[in-house]
Order: sequence, then C-alpha cells, then structure tokens
Amino acid sequence: MPLDTQAASSVQVVNGPALPAATRLRGKDLLGIAELTPAEIRLVLDTTEAMKEIGARPIKKVPALRGKTVINLFFEPSTRTRTSFEVAEKRLSADALNIAAGTSSVVKGETLADTALNLEAMSPDLMVVRHPSSGACHFLSRICRAGIINAGDGMHEHPTQALLDAFTIREHKKRIEGLKIAIVGDLLHSRVLRSNVLLWTKLGAEVWVSGPPTLIPPGIGRLGIRATTSVDEAVEGADVIMMLRIQLERMQGGYFPSLREYFTVFGMTPERVRRAKRDVIIMHPGPMNRGVEIASEVADGPYSVILEQVANGVAVRMAVLYLLAGGGEHEAAA
Amino acid sequence: MKRLLEGARVVDPANGVDGRFDVLIDGDRVARVVPEVSPAERSGAEVLELKPDWIVCPGFIDMHVHLREPGQEHKETIATGTAAAVAGGFTAVACMPNTDPVNDNSSVTKFIVERAVGAAARVYPIGAVTTRSAGEQLAEIADLRAAGCVALSDDGRPVANALILRRALEYARMFDMAVIDHCEDPALKGEGVAHEGFVASVLGLRGIPAAAEEVMVHRDICLAELTGARVHIAHLSTRGSLRAVRDARARGVRVTCEVTPHHFTLTDEWLNAPLSYDTNLKMNPPLREAADRDALVAGLADGTVDAIATDHAPHHYDEKHVEFDRAPFGIVGLETAVSLALDRLLHSGVISIARLVELLAVNPARILRVRGGSLEAGAPADITVLAPEVTTTVDPNRFRSRSRNTPFGGWTLKGAVAATIVGGRLAYVNEELAGFAAGQ
Repeated sequence: MPLDTQAASSVQVVNGPALPAATRLRGKDLLGIAELTPAEIRLVLDTTEAMKEIGARPIKKVPALRGKTVINLFFEPSTRTRTSFEVAEKRLSADALNIAAGTSSVVKGETLADTALNLEAMSPDLMVVRHPSSGACHFLSRICRAGIINAGDGMHEHPTQALLDAFTIREHKKRIEGLKIAIVGDLLHSRVLRSNVLLWTKLGAEVWVSGPPTLIPPGIGRLGIRATTSVDEAVEGADVIMMLRIQLERMQGGYFPSLREYFTVFGMTPERVRRAKRDVIIMHPGPMNRGVEIASEVADGPYSVILEQVANGVAVRMAVLYLLAGGGEHEAAA
Repeated sequence: MKRLLEGARVVDPANGVDGRFDVLIDGDRVARVVPEVSPAERSGAEVLELKPDWIVCPGFIDMHVHLREPGQEHKETIATGTAAAVAGGFTAVACMPNTDPVNDNSSVTKFIVERAVGAAARVYPIGAVTTRSAGEQLAEIADLRAAGCVALSDDGRPVANALILRRALEYARMFDMAVIDHCEDPALKGEGVAHEGFVASVLGLRGIPAAAEEVMVHRDICLAELTGARVHIAHLSTRGSLRAVRDARARGVRVTCEVTPHHFTLTDEWLNAPLSYDTNLKMNPPLREAADRDALVAGLADGTVDAIATDHAPHHYDEKHVEFDRAPFGIVGLETAVSLALDRLLHSGVISIARLVELLAVNPARILRVRGGSLEAGAPADITVLAPEVTTTVDPNRFRSRSRNTPFGGWTLKGAVAATIVGGRLAYVNEELAGFAAGQ
C-alpha cells in the first residue's frame, strides 16, 4: 500500500472547511460503487462539500496533492469526464498527465498490461482509467501498485459519475434515502445505470428503471429495484428523473424500430414530467440526444440540473483523488 | 513382458466386474482379470502392488481435446498434450480439428497420426465436417476416416447452415461416424462473452443466452431424427439442452452428449468473486447458472449425460493476460478433470464409481467406436488407476500441458490418479503417492 507511506508528510487542505474525520477509503482503488460501503459513499459526498467550496474561490487551487502524479489514461473518447478529472487534479496541485489511446503505444499493438506497467514504472500515485472493456480497471488494479480510479469501464461502472449524481441529488433533496428515483433509457449498455443503481440502493432510495424491453439487462430486478417498460409508471411521483443516452447505432442493432418511435414511447416530454413530483429534478449524464431521449423543453427547463451535474463533477473527482492519494488522517475509514 | 496389477479393487462395468481382482497384462493386451492368478503366472510377471483402496479401471478417454498441433504449438503440442492426458488419468484423447491448417483432409490427419506415434497417450483425430470448417462444402469424409479420423466436428465454428449439417449427417451415417456439434446459434451468441443473466448484467458483460445453445440442440435433434444419423452434443451446458436430449432419447433419436468438469463444478457467480473478471473463467459455452449446473449434475447421475469430456483448450499466458473481452475462450482440463469428477461427483454421492467409469471410459469408446472402455481378455491394456481417497492440491506450475489457463489452481480436491497404463506401458506414475512397493 504505497499510500500509507505518506502519513508523516500529510498535506492539509489549507483554509478550507473542516474535512470529515475519516479521510480514507479502504482500498487503493476506486473500481466501482459495488466495492464501496454506504459510509464510504457518504465520506466522498461530505468531502465533496469541502472541495466545492474551493472551486468557488477566486484562486481555485490548493496544495493537497502537491508532488503527486496522476495519469489520465483514456482508451475511449471523452470530453466531460477527462476534462473534469484534469481540472480536479490541477485544483489539487497534482501533476497530471493525459494519455489517449490513439496517441499511445496501443496503436502499435502494445497490450493493456504492458502499457500500464510501463506507465507504472514512472511511479504515478494514481491512474484514472477509461476503457471500453468491462473489468479493465479490475484487471489493472491487480497488476499495478498505483491506485486505479475507474473513469468508466465498458458497460460495467462509472463510479465518479454516480457520486456526482448523488451529490447533486443531495444538494437539492438533502437526502437520498426514501426518494423515488427513475432512470430511463438504454439500460443495457449503460455503466452510468449500473453505478447509480448500486449507489442509490445502498443509500436506501426507491429505484425504478425503464426503457425498451430489449434494453433492460436480464435479471436486473434482483438488485432490489423495479424494472418496467412503462415510463409513465416509472416517473409517477418521482423525486428524481435521470435520462440515459440512446446511442444511434442501437437502432441498427434491432433494439427498437426508429428514433421517432423511441421518443414517442420512451422520450421524456413535458407531459411525462408532470407525472412526477412538482419539485422533481431532471438529470442526464450527457451527451444528450435532444428529441430522442429528452425533449429540449425538459433539458432546458426549470427542473433540469444537467449543468449542475457537470459542475459538481469536478468537486466529486477532487474528493476521490484526495481520499485516495492525499489526506491527513490515515486511520482507515471503515 | 507380463505385468500384474494386484491388491486393488477392479471396476469394469462393461464386463460387470467390481471387486478385488488381479489384472494380468501380457504385452500390450489384457490377459486375464481373475480373483487370483496362479503362482506360475505371478512369478513370470512384473508385479505392481497397489493399495487396497485404489481402483483399477479401463483407461479413461477424453473425447474432446484441443492439442493445437499443427499450427499453434505455442499453446500445446501432441507431445505435451498427451503427457498432460496421462498425468490426468486419460489413456486416449480425441483431438478437435480446429488446428492451423484445419484437419479437413487426410494429409493433416496423417500428420497428426504420425506425430502421435510414441506419444504418451493414444490420439484419435476428429475430422472437420466441412472444408476449413467454413460450413459450406463437405470435407472428404471417407478419406478422413481412412486416414484415422474417428468422428467429425466443426468445433469452435459450428455448422450454421442446417442443410449442410443434414448432408453431413446423411453422409457420415454411411460410416456410422458421430457428428459432434458445438451447438451455438451465431446470431444469438453475437459478441457475447458470458452467460446472459444477472451476473453478466451486473458485471456489464455481453451475454450469451442459454437459447443460443438450445435452439441448435433442438435443430440437431430434428436432423438426427430426419437422417437417422448419430449426433453428439459437445459440452452441453444448459438445463434446456439437457431436457431436449432426454426427450429425444426417450423417443429413440440417436443423440448423445457430454458435459465438462467446469460446467458441472462452476457457475457464472464465479465471475464476480473471488477474482472478478478472471479470464480463466471465460469459456464457450460460458459458465451457466446454478440451476443449469444442478441439472447437469442430475443428468450425470440419471444417465442422460453420456460422457465427461474436458474441452481441454490450452491458451498461452499472454493470450489470457488481457481484458476479459479480448481473452480467447477456453481452459485446460486434462490434469484436473478426474480429481474434479471424484471430488464433486463420486465423493458427494452423486454417482457411483461404476457410473464414473462409464462416463469417462465406456461411453466415450462406444460413441467414438474405438476399442477401449473394457478390461476383457484381449482388450488393449489401457488402464487408469485411481487413488480416490487421496487429497491433492491443484498446482498449475506442475502441469505437463504447455498452458496453465485453469481456474482451479490452488483447489484442494479429494481423489487423485495413481497411475496410467497405455498399451501395457506405464505411461504415468504419481510420484507423490507412496505405492508401487515392488516391481518398478
């Protein structure tokens, strides 16, 4: 555990609000929400409060991760997540490097293991990894000493997205427990779905998922959620509605007949939103297909918190980076 | 040279033998199995004194093995694969034709047969059903048979076109050869990498539904019924497939099936823990649900399943040390199969030792129409000696196979192979067991 060697030289977040007493996650990695306890999830969310305050200052930088090296290793295109991590790393004064698969040795046929081990030889403290294969981060965590932060692995998990979504929900609703949350769209291919469902159920929300029957993962109800093909049923009385992106190529895969029909049956229209609670918030992890899964009136409407999600993404990632590579207290959090 | 196996229990269900017997071997043949040989016979023979709790049975035949030669010798060769076979208690293996080049013509078959001369175990080549296993044109089946092929299969690239399979069955019937089908609908399988179900859903792995196998099992049964030919279902993995075979057999269709040790031992839950996304748990067909595994175990007990076969699929470490999506399907099985069968099936009380011998020796010989599975006088002296009470820990570093891709490393299993005799020759002796007091 390389992180344990930092105890003596721990860095405080200067001039910030008091951080929660427990400042560590149990593992060296953040592989998924599946591995986190409810207490760890709350720790990240509480730490995010402090980090968000830093982002509101005129000088948005603290030395919490000074001298730490973080490599952002992205094997898939990403704008939001990669930028968000990079901003978070810079605000914490870490040395951040970006590697995109298109420019790396991967195009020369190097394996993922060799790429990671070569980067590891340069002694990074953390590697933020996005990869098209489910489980790629688990694989890397077993062969790397550096901590691995999963920035999205295939159709599996995207834990920092779920954490920023939870933070956004908590800002508006002051709680997760007891809320009715509906998530609608391409459930089958969505890592956001999996991470969010795990997080929400761990924190005691009532979770409904909805989409075309061809895009509902088999057996998903065993996670303690309700799955329905009726969007109206899913959003009825909901406190939170999250829409998931429909990738245009799914139509060719035969998952549904046409985008037009998709929008008619599953799209989030103002009429459907009216079935939810009056103070419902509308979320979307992006990128959006306006007029496919969500009407512009909804995306840009008064209940939409979509841009807040993006803003909170930086603070959540600062919290995760800090909890894994920095921090003052080194007693285990759980 | 004569050799005498004495002191152990002999289980030879083909001849109704189960009890303490002497087995006298003369050269490469079984001479006699009698309660006690005469002193004259004993004095002229090399005597192997076996432990009383050991079991002597007809040599095990693994009817589904990938030896990788020619063309993929970095994974396995005929020499290393047969060394693994005898270390695992198998006196013979049937090798699948998906080599490079494909065993779709007699020159490849002859190459395999030639390379197998002097190998540790007997090698029975399986010929391709279609040229290059491309599913379009029938391979020269008569020629393959004349060169030594004992069955036909396009394993790994199953015949998708029902008409081609129908023709192959009609043609193969002329030689009474079984067509062994890896049942998989290519469209339903798609890009799947794990059993479609809750576990794959949670892990975000693309699913292979049970129906991808079952629709082809049903198709094959229809075609076996239509043609009167023999179909053998390779590595049957779902409860629906098993039900289809059971029903078909009840109405007289000539269909047989095999089950692998990993499918009767593991379920898809293993993909999640303790080692998530372990590529040594990636095989095709995939590990199924507990209900499927339980059904297979029941099928092994009630006779629906004819054979245990390993689908021994060696892959190099580098090929498996990758993302789950990218890893090739398959695991090695030759050196763990018998211990798994003893531990999981015999000691757990699912099947008797006689049934185990049927599954591993009698029935494979019957399906492939090869000699073996019996210790009658004059039969080839292919003999497996089991030490069922000995507990072993699987150590992949000690495998004879060139590959180590097994999920069973570190498993402790009750039941071991004591020795393997091929054609009267002591092909393998388990050095860890104190035994063979004399005569070696």
